[in-house]
Amino acid sequence: MRKHLLSIDDVSVADVEALFDTAAEMHDVQRRSVKKLPALRGRTVVNLFFEDSTRTRSSFEIAGKWLSADVINVSAKGSSVSKGESLRDTVLTVAAMGVDGLVIRHAASGAAQQVSQWTDAVVINAGDGMHEHPTQALLDAYTLQRRMGTLEDKHVAIVGDVTHSRVFRSNVLLLAKLGAHVTVVAPPTLMPAGVTAWSKDAGFETSYDLDSVLPDADAVMMLRVQRERMNGAYFPSAREYTVGYGLTRDRLATLKPDAPICHPGPMNRGLEIAADAADAAQSAVLDQVSAGVAIRMSVLYHLLAGEGSAT
Amino acid sequence: MAPAQSASAPTAPEGATPEGRTVLDARDISRALTRISHEILERNKGLQHLVLLGIPTRGVHLAQRVADRIAKVEGAQVPLGTLDITMYRDDLRKHPARGPHHTVMPPGGVDGKVVVLVDDVLFSGRTVRAALDAMNDLGRPATVRLAVLVDRGHRELPIRADHVGKNLPSARTERVMVRLEESDGYDEVRIAPMEGLEA
Repeated sequence: MRKHLLSIDDVSVADVEALFDTAAEMHDVQRRSVKKLPALRGRTVVNLFFEDSTRTRSSFEIAGKWLSADVINVSAKGSSVSKGESLRDTVLTVAAMGVDGLVIRHAASGAAQQVSQWTDAVVINAGDGMHEHPTQALLDAYTLQRRMGTLEDKHVAIVGDVTHSRVFRSNVLLLAKLGAHVTVVAPPTLMPAGVTAWSKDAGFETSYDLDSVLPDADAVMMLRVQRERMNGAYFPSAREYTVGYGLTRDRLATLKPDAPICHPGPMNRGLEIAADAADAAQSAVLDQVSAGVAIRMSVLYHLLAGEGSAT
Repeated sequence: MAPAQSASAPTAPEGATPEGRTVLDARDISRALTRISHEILERNKGLQHLVLLGIPTRGVHLAQRVADRIAKVEGAQVPLGTLDITMYRDDLRKHPARGPHHTVMPPGGVDGKVVVLVDDVLFSGRTVRAALDAMNDLGRPATVRLAVLVDRGHRELPIRADHVGKNLPSARTERVMVRLEESDGYDEVRIAPMEGLEA
């Protein structure tokens, strides 16, 4: 495994298998009464969050704490960042305190990569702009693999706001690595420019028609409509988006009854996903959250527990 | 003493590490495990509160074999679990991170039980220390005992075994290799000079 986790490109198929195996053990630890392992005793992990987050930050925090690391949260609000400190200065300041791991979320694509060049600490990308969110992809794939047994030759539909989605970018890379066929469904305005050339390279299909894709899918990943990244008009109204691309009750009925439904959260209920779908038996949304802690424990363990941490 | 080469018992297949000498063959191992099983029962005066915990990987196979023998004698199954110690090792920092093994809680848990830890080789005692720490996070047994197939000496911690298959005087520069049917295809304990690697 490489020193940092900045992109899904940093992990090989063998790495993914090792991460999943460890995550499965961590999952068992979550069910114990004493949820504590000593593996990262004496190590310090800083969660550096320049964007809002509930589940990613809290699951990294829980993951670190269950492995006995000291975890410190720094968020942009209420820190020197709001006084105008640059990213580099913030990182150097935190690193100078003797930190072993930096978990970073930032609105700028490539922020984690940049940070990794400024510090000796292990850097984990917890979402950088519209680029990648590798731990989310790992937990999605892990959840699907647990539900379906394998991802080999499975057909996964990724639906929604593809342009703004780092979750999509990491997922498409990882799912291809694990042998799944991916169809990306989005309204034309939310399909990234130049996606056709890219889809040929990365080996996924694109479609504008959700109704034709759904009945054939073995799993569906709904993406959140990211209102905070939408300055222009990408679709006329929320209602229109739901009619064309929402996982409504009617569409749920066309889906295979055992096909898992994933959503990275937070869900806009009634917009991209109907309550019926979010709460259906085949919904994997809460599995994803508990897998999130297990996967992040696994990532922290593999990157921080061993000697030198880099191999 | 000439190297013990018993012609009748099944030994290592062709092509396996030829250096060193066989200390226990399949029959010796079988006899040792039978004796350990009886000792455990005798010491505990039966099955009451008894729990076996194997330490991965070969300790798990040995614990299973001991459990099978106990079942034959007592006519009842002894609760069996496995205890992974990877994350509790004191040398975690000295190697690249390795994936942990499976921990299986025995049916009924370990609280208030007589837990017998089972491992293949007792050497420095550090594995057992880690196992005791790991057990702390699972519950509070009434008693913890230790059963090992081979005790090769060179303890670095105040730890001893309660049930020993074979006391094997060895030099620090030697390797003791336990091979079991379940993981290696054949049963054998072999001692060999170290080829520059740390055990």
